[in-house]
Amino acid sequence: MDNLIDKALVRKVASLARLELSEQEVKEFTGQLCAILEYFHKINLLDTEGIEPLAHCLPITNRLREDQIQPGLDPGQALKNAPDRDGDLFKVPPILEEGLGP
Amino acid sequence: MLDAILQMDCLALAEAIRTRQVSSLEATSACLEAIDKYNQKIGAFLTVFQQQALDQARDVDRRIQAGDKVGPLAGVPIAVKDNICTTFGPTTCGSKILANFRSPCNATVVERLMRADAIIIGKTNMDEFAMGSTTENSAFGPTHNPWDLGRVAGGSSGGSAAAVAARMCFGALGSDTGGSIRQPAAFCGVVGLKPTYGRVSRFGLVAYGSSLDQIGPLARSVRDCALLLNVIGGHDPKDSTSVPPEIVPDEDLLARLDQPIDGLRIGLVKGATEGADLPIRQAIGRAVDTYRAMGAEVVELEIPALDYSVATYYIIATAEASSNLARYDGVHYGYRSPAARDCMEVYTRSRAEGLGKEVKRRIMLGTYALSSGYYDAYYLKALKVRNLIRQQIFAALGQCDSILMPVAPTTAFSLGQMAADPLKMYLADVYTIPANLAGIPAISIPVGLDGAGLPVGVQLLGPAFSEGRLLRIARILEKGAHWTCQVPAGLTV
Repeated sequence: MDNLIDKALVRKVASLARLELSEQEVKEFTGQLCAILEYFHKINLLDTEGIEPLAHCLPITNRLREDQIQPGLDPGQALKNAPDRDGDLFKVPPILEEGLGP
Repeated sequence: MLDAILQMDCLALAEAIRTRQVSSLEATSACLEAIDKYNQKIGAFLTVFQQQALDQARDVDRRIQAGDKVGPLAGVPIAVKDNICTTFGPTTCGSKILANFRSPCNATVVERLMRADAIIIGKTNMDEFAMGSTTENSAFGPTHNPWDLGRVAGGSSGGSAAAVAARMCFGALGSDTGGSIRQPAAFCGVVGLKPTYGRVSRFGLVAYGSSLDQIGPLARSVRDCALLLNVIGGHDPKDSTSVPPEIVPDEDLLARLDQPIDGLRIGLVKGATEGADLPIRQAIGRAVDTYRAMGAEVVELEIPALDYSVATYYIIATAEASSNLARYDGVHYGYRSPAARDCMEVYTRSRAEGLGKEVKRRIMLGTYALSSGYYDAYYLKALKVRNLIRQQIFAALGQCDSILMPVAPTTAFSLGQMAADPLKMYLADVYTIPANLAGIPAISIPVGLDGAGLPVGVQLLGPAFSEGRLLRIARILEKGAHWTCQVPAGLTV
């Protein structure tokens, strides 16, 4: 079997997962993920014709309730773990380059 | 006296406190003393609420003295795994990314423990985000097995299991996504119960694999597991996956615990123990003898799809994890990399610096399995195989009252032994994963020691929401094994 995942694909998946990986990690993960994915492939040996995918095991479906106002987090509680804030707002570095904003 | 107190289980201690033979202050102090003495070596607790616990203990003693009505866990010191939110102390999940996180709310199970007047003595160590089977993946150092400090406590609820075994608390809560309560319970010689999915509220449990995660008790007796599930179980409007009373009526799990079961049938899965070490197979053999001796019938079962459960579990659990852990982005809470220059780097660098290797590996696996071009072959296929496994387990449980299986293929292994080969580590979860995939309850019961003096456990699985009956079946084995949860050799309390 061809390798199921190579370094380029590991880098692509890492970028989808918003993970910065070191070169060492890319190398290590490529080998390990290859072995694990190869093992995962054994499920394809099993015939699942006519079997529905099972998302959860619960004997219940969506549960609805009256749309009543309930107490939630106040701004102080919501912001108490913020890495950076500006008054009652979460603060992050610029998303758009200078000059591109409104 | 201290020694006598620490030999009690939760139920005995609660009774002794209610009848004022022992004070909660004495019991709580005894646990704090054990923590003081051993936690440095064992690494079971990440946070200890010393002052708060002593204050609460005095308060319970005062209320009992005044003749007030108190809850079923009044004055009993209980530990809580660090992925269960508390408004007091940090909730780290064993991760650097949440090292300073302070939860704005209590998990429902914590509220229920407090309502039962339990003393919450501390938060226990765990594999980061509950990902692992050794508690070596904690950002704050591993938990050592109280029976042999060179060995792992199991995981991911290794801190809870070690704390209960080493008498640092009388009972503990853990979480179980693929065996994280039952396997450390077996490695440390305590009882561990994973309830049916939906029986215990997950509100305030930091999510790993949402369709698999369930909170449950670790304790020194089967009856303590019943008592703790009595307290933490039941519908919670804050968790839409917690089942309503129409499906699971409130029942006192202690009420009929010692009643015999007529016509008991124990199921053994054909070929299932072949991969387990000799002491484990012998323990299963002795358990079979115990049940036969009390008149139970032993039936042989075939569950061919069981062989696919590890692959199925690791696809589904990592897929759910990759989605659940997307929230750790350095924006609203948790660690933010000081090196981040723009918003994208806040995400990528905070995650790179804040998450450990096993968590990254699982996020990568899950992201891959859910990504375009691979979704059908991995994730969708795994969901179908999950259904097949569940159908076959349900059919098998139609032929018996409970399935008897090992908890793990081995007893506790050496620290560092599994670090180099993640796949080998995943494969060791083979016996615990099926209960999570099928959403059914399963209990790990210690039945003795192997030749090296390490605890051996066996596992019983039952139909969904059959905890009352499952605990009775486990109680028979506990009595028959003539092995109560002992103080680990080498520890003096």
